Amino acid sequence: MSVVFYLLAAMTIAGGLAAVLLKQLVHAALAVTVAFAGLALLYLDLDAQFAGFAQILVYIGAVTILIVFAILLTRSSDLPKEGVFSGTWAVGLMIAAGVFAVLGWAVLASVRVVPQQSPAPAVTVRDIGNALVGRYALPLEIVGLLLTAATVGAVIVAMHEKERPKG
Amino acid sequence: MATTPFSTQLDQIFVLLRDWLVGYLPAAYRPAAGAVLGVLGIISVFPALFALTTVFERKGLGRMQNRFGPNRVGPYGFFQPVADGIKALIKEDVIPFRADGVVHFVAPIVLLVTVFMGFAVLPVGRNMVLADMDSGLLFFFAMGAATELSVFMAGWSSRNKYSLLGAMRGIAQMISYEVVLLLSAVSIVMIGGSLSLSKIVEAQNSYTGIFPHWYVFTPWGLAGFLMFGVAATAETNRCPFDLPEGESEIVAGYFTEYSGFKFAIFFIGEYLAMFSLSGMATTLFLGGWSAPLSILNFIPSWIWFFGKVMIFIFVFIWVRGTLPRLRQDQLMNFAWKFVLPLSLVNLIVTALWRFMGEGWLRWVVSTAILAAFYVLVGRASFRRKNIGLRSYRYAE
Repeated sequence: MSVVFYLLAAMTIAGGLAAVLLKQLVHAALAVTVAFAGLALLYLDLDAQFAGFAQILVYIGAVTILIVFAILLTRSSDLPKEGVFSGTWAVGLMIAAGVFAVLGWAVLASVRVVPQQSPAPAVTVRDIGNALVGRYALPLEIVGLLLTAATVGAVIVAMHEKERPKG
Repeated sequence: MATTPFSTQLDQIFVLLRDWLVGYLPAAYRPAAGAVLGVLGIISVFPALFALTTVFERKGLGRMQNRFGPNRVGPYGFFQPVADGIKALIKEDVIPFRADGVVHFVAPIVLLVTVFMGFAVLPVGRNMVLADMDSGLLFFFAMGAATELSVFMAGWSSRNKYSLLGAMRGIAQMISYEVVLLLSAVSIVMIGGSLSLSKIVEAQNSYTGIFPHWYVFTPWGLAGFLMFGVAATAETNRCPFDLPEGESEIVAGYFTEYSGFKFAIFFIGEYLAMFSLSGMATTLFLGGWSAPLSILNFIPSWIWFFGKVMIFIFVFIWVRGTLPRLRQDQLMNFAWKFVLPLSLVNLIVTALWRFMGEGWLRWVVSTAILAAFYVLVGRASFRRKNIGLRSYRYAE
């Protein structure tokens, strides 16, 4: 664990906390961006170039913009009067802690099951591409189908209903 | 050193200069110092090019509009950017009372940083690339996507309806055309089999007779190149896609409420994005730093790169002086109903090209598919528009 890792971890966690705690929704969206950027830099720190750049391209370039658009199009960006915190935050905290515990347990257990083989496998973009269209072609296709269905569904939800004569 | 011919030395002059300067340091510091020198080169050369381009643009537009353009500062007005820079520096930095201070301040910085990052992977000459990454193309587009955020930050934080409208227009337009930009670049990756920009240039740097193997000289390459050019024009908010900052509609769009040097930063950012996208188009389709004819290889590679970039800039200026601004619905229709389907067809054509092997047949097939699609879809969308003679209600 180097100094870089701790700096990036602090940045990511600070961004995530700010996203939850800030009152202004747009500020929260921008704080999420900081957390995403921190994650991308963590991937780069682990020598996972493709994952890091894809994280920036998809999450900062598309997801954040989508969030921001949703905020602007659905409501005024002024502060709500009654506050932004949900009344059931304690339950949310418990669920989050439970999920974190399961994930942490899985990660810690995997160290025992799969011991450290090589220091760092050199995975190039070419390898990832070959794996995606070779071994993992079916999951890729399924994800593509799912996304297409979601897109079509979104268009149908957003479409103006034509006035049909009742009969 | 004495054995290398003079043209090679001239070609590598900046690399040699860097190595000579770094040579004075202990070996441990050399890589870091070399990187710092490369960064210094980028942040000095491209803004200098920006200053030159502003003069060329204003004089060129003046020529196209039958007027002189700037001609007061220095010989032929060539010191105009100096005067403009001093003006921007000594102007007051006005921040609207209701503006969101932090976001308003950070937006231009985000823009400038992300735009400059894009230059890091561009090979501006033989052996002249700051960070030769395995996935350089992806890095470039990731940085391009991050600039959209600064447009939103600037527009939203100003608390001005024109700013917000400009930002919304800008983001909608940038997202739509970014898809096209990426898809037209994907065909290069399909043929070259690499995301590394220096490998893409190397793949094009060979000759049949004296003619180069640039990707633009193939049917799919030409189609991709034209679509890339259209998308690049839209990405950089240049005319005819300058709706986000259309002066006659929404003042200056998302940077209406910026003044002084922050305004200048947005201005610089737009031009730097133009340079980096032109450089990317050059790298992907026009063979990067390779010479257009094999007999011209004695001219240094960096001259070819910057020459091609400046030709792009000239075309940008030319188009700005020629075409009127589009309407928002025309912009969106053009992106989603014409250019995007064409770029998808281009991907299929590229795959055909890849697997049909050498021969004249693949030229005929891919040209036929692309031309047929272009004509049919173009005709169909024109018919729907009902474009005919315009009727004037009062002027007949």
